Amino acid sequence: MDQRLTTSGEPVPTARDVPVLECRNVCISYFTRSGEIPAVVDFNLKLMPGEAQGIVGESGCGKSTVALAIMQYLGTNGKIVSGQILFEGRDLTTMSDEELRQIRGSKIAMVYQEPMASLNPSMMIGEQLAEVPIFHEGITKVAALERARAILASVRVPDPDRIMNSYPHQISGGQQQRVVIAMALLSNPKLLLLDEPTTALDVTVEAGIVELIKEIAREFGTSMIYISHNLGLILATCDRITVMYSGEAVEVGSIKEVFEAMRHPYTRGLFASIPVPGADKNSHPLVAIPGQLPLPHQRPHGCYFGPRCSHFVGGRCDAAPIPMLPVKGSEQHGSRCIRIDEIDWEASVGKELGRVPTEPGDVVLKVDDLTKHYPIENSSIFFAGEKKTVKANEKLNFSAREAETVAIVGESGCGKSTFAKVLMGLETATDGSVVLGNLELGHVPVEQRSQATISGLQMVFQNPFDTLNPSHTVGSQIARVIRKFGGEKQEDKVQERVMQLLDTVKLPRDFAKRRPRQLSGGQKQRVGIARAFAGNPSVVIADEPVSALDVSVQAAVTELLMDIQRDHRTTLLFISHDLSVVRYLADRIIVMYLGQIMEQGTTDQVFAPPYHPYTEALLSAVPIADTRVKKRKVLLSGEIPSPSNPPKGCPFSTRCQYMMPGLCDVIPPPIVEPAPGHKILCHLPLETLMAMEPVIQVEQASGNLH
Amino acid sequence: MWLPLVAYVMFGRQLGDLEDYILLPAVPAALILYAVAVWSWRESTVAIVGATLVFFWLILAVTAPYLPLVDPNKPVAPFVTPFTEKNGVLYWLGTDTRGRDMLSRTIWGGQRVLVWGITATVVAYIVGSMLGLIAGYLGGWWDQIVSFVANVLLSFPVMVLFILILNYLGPSGFNIVIAVTFSSAPQIMRIVRGLALDVKSRDYIFAAQTRGESPLRIMVVELLPNVRGPLIVDACLRLGYTTVAITTLTFLGLGLQPPDPDWGLMIKEASTTALVWKFSYMLLIPALSVSSLILGFNLMADGLREMSMRD
Repeated sequence: MDQRLTTSGEPVPTARDVPVLECRNVCISYFTRSGEIPAVVDFNLKLMPGEAQGIVGESGCGKSTVALAIMQYLGTNGKIVSGQILFEGRDLTTMSDEELRQIRGSKIAMVYQEPMASLNPSMMIGEQLAEVPIFHEGITKVAALERARAILASVRVPDPDRIMNSYPHQISGGQQQRVVIAMALLSNPKLLLLDEPTTALDVTVEAGIVELIKEIAREFGTSMIYISHNLGLILATCDRITVMYSGEAVEVGSIKEVFEAMRHPYTRGLFASIPVPGADKNSHPLVAIPGQLPLPHQRPHGCYFGPRCSHFVGGRCDAAPIPMLPVKGSEQHGSRCIRIDEIDWEASVGKELGRVPTEPGDVVLKVDDLTKHYPIENSSIFFAGEKKTVKANEKLNFSAREAETVAIVGESGCGKSTFAKVLMGLETATDGSVVLGNLELGHVPVEQRSQATISGLQMVFQNPFDTLNPSHTVGSQIARVIRKFGGEKQEDKVQERVMQLLDTVKLPRDFAKRRPRQLSGGQKQRVGIARAFAGNPSVVIADEPVSALDVSVQAAVTELLMDIQRDHRTTLLFISHDLSVVRYLADRIIVMYLGQIMEQGTTDQVFAPPYHPYTEALLSAVPIADTRVKKRKVLLSGEIPSPSNPPKGCPFSTRCQYMMPGLCDVIPPPIVEPAPGHKILCHLPLETLMAMEPVIQVEQASGNLH
Repeated sequence: MWLPLVAYVMFGRQLGDLEDYILLPAVPAALILYAVAVWSWRESTVAIVGATLVFFWLILAVTAPYLPLVDPNKPVAPFVTPFTEKNGVLYWLGTDTRGRDMLSRTIWGGQRVLVWGITATVVAYIVGSMLGLIAGYLGGWWDQIVSFVANVLLSFPVMVLFILILNYLGPSGFNIVIAVTFSSAPQIMRIVRGLALDVKSRDYIFAAQTRGESPLRIMVVELLPNVRGPLIVDACLRLGYTTVAITTLTFLGLGLQPPDPDWGLMIKEASTTALVWKFSYMLLIPALSVSSLILGFNLMADGLREMSMRD
């Protein structure tokens, strides 16, 4: 629909050549105790009606600052130092507060990252939604509630009436975010700003929200600015893209132009550090961007990306601030690089290593029918009914061999963290066994384990900011592990080993004296890895080690983990929800849902048909930043059921598109084995499974493949 | 710096010759500490003013034996007003009802208050923190028992608790330490327990557990250094409260006994004489001293809190 309607139902003529939003040479600075910090420099943007523009960058590049500046919501110490932000021709920076209040929420709306933080926890959803038209248009409450219900239906929320009368904490994360999007759309805004709206959500839920956003853009004709660090999401939702680095826009253009013919070294570096289908850890490793993001007051002269750029030419690239230059062949494609025509953009970024894949050894870890139930305390005073349990892990069966990387994939609530805790001894299994080497560990809590056992099984944690004790130096924390497990008793030998470990994780030796607060997220995670490997463990569990890191840092830390594992022949259990990273580095994959293993097999087996229906949906949901990839869309309805009340029969039966009533929701499914080592837990007959079409297909020069 | 001072006051009489020299190292230590405090808190005027007040009394307290002061307990000339000469001696702050020099009594009294106040607070902190860590980290039954005992102690009004304990144990400086511990430790325990509960779920504690570290080591080495933020501000405030408590107790006759120079006692003696309005300096001087010390502690606490919030 091109034309939008006012509340009275008449079409509003939109001037198609007036951009909805135009930022001209915007410079934004924060004023703090230590002086002025220029956050965003020389930012230009032009958004036409009905267009969706993506802003991509890593943390610290200024993308959220730009969004807040557009809303004129920078806070007390942020200011737009120069430049103009024109909304439909009017300059937002010169408007009064009253005028801005008219515009915010009705003409410009924003959706934030955390849906729970955006909703008032003490008001019902219906009331909150009704507030918007009541304030901006002055209609009656009854009419407002009607509008609210209508908009909830258009964001595809199941059972809108129930949601209207619920409080935010009673609905799930995905539904909350849909409500927030509904609230943003209620007054038909001309511009919708989305600041990482799906980062806090699960992958399958994220896919649903992404679909929704695309439909809304089509249906309502709203212009959108979509801010994200995930290139795959931008590919799926936007028409144009702006890549930002350290406060500057370094490349702008249409999606096709930038994704297929990128013309800035930073953009190329970003793409080279993301695993795409076809990349394999042995033949084509991920290439991290060397160096670090410069602090705002330490930005170099000339090109900000210069110190990290492999095409840097002294004297030219650092002489003067680089302007945005147009790329030949397209008037809308621009890049902030003076060597656009000189660099060979077709050459591959990294080296093709052709590493020999490591041969896995004997079975090191064997898990048999592992079950872990948590009893829920009965909160009622009278002992009503049976005791409820949370079935966190239900009959897990798998084995891992030496030097192998086994990935455990699943969304939140699937039981992977519980499984890690049982392995580490922080919890004991309710039933079943875990055998490490020849020791049964499932029922042995960590306090009772021998030193040798503990040292053989270590863990890398998810959150780099909490993984190190802030009060101790880095060196002392690694040294502690060495003294306990490493077998070195003499102080100088211990220090020697600390230095060796710092070298292995590619950190400078003088970091040993620093405290964690002086390190960046990626550096802290490297120390965490050094600490885990300090005792020469035979099995390392990595619980989402890179999900909290920036994209280019992820590549470096992932490669590091691979290198160490190869050298020490350690078994790596890699827990993640990111299927692209998993495909890149895992030898075998286990897919978990609601405490049970839905599918397991080698990477090739899992990523190709036959699929378990859940795996099919997961593969379809993962955003892939490659224009050559064709994905078959499989959308899941509903939400993940609560682990304390799992469905009878197959746990996936409530959302499965192949669900057979009477069978799937009553009888637990059997294990089907289409190939040796490839196990699928499903009622579907083998023929149906084998006949499934692949979800991800990479277009090669010769046509479809994979 | 603290140890010599405590040793001097508590065991001074028994030390004989050593008595004269034991405080010597404390003097430069106190001066250096003041310089360090002013430098690191230079952003907050409030904290510096507070530190100046506190360190004023502290430095006087440690230098007391080396200053040319008259014996505080020796009656010289009664009822001399400040700044007057009598028999050729200039009395800066006058003398009290018994003829003892006020200046010297004020300085020595400051020493007593500071020593007992700070010692009592430190002991209360050690006890309270350990209990708080145990209750917060170990949880379960430990938490139930410790919290129950704390709640019982907290249900007594503070003064009533002091009076009960001191009545039972007898009035003395050492018993004041015990009484203050009983009343302050539960509150400190609550604070530390809350902080421990928060820090307990961080990944580095899990990492320590997966290394098989003993609970004691985890509590002291991993947890304790990370809960000290709010405790520092609380410590300053609590020093103030403890000073009030000690002064009140000695005023009531339950603390240090005469003829020990102590501000509470000075206030008591001054207020019980019929001539208090004519010789009001006898009351004002100790009262102002106590007030300035407590103000100093409170200002320090305010300044520290302000600085930690600004970051």
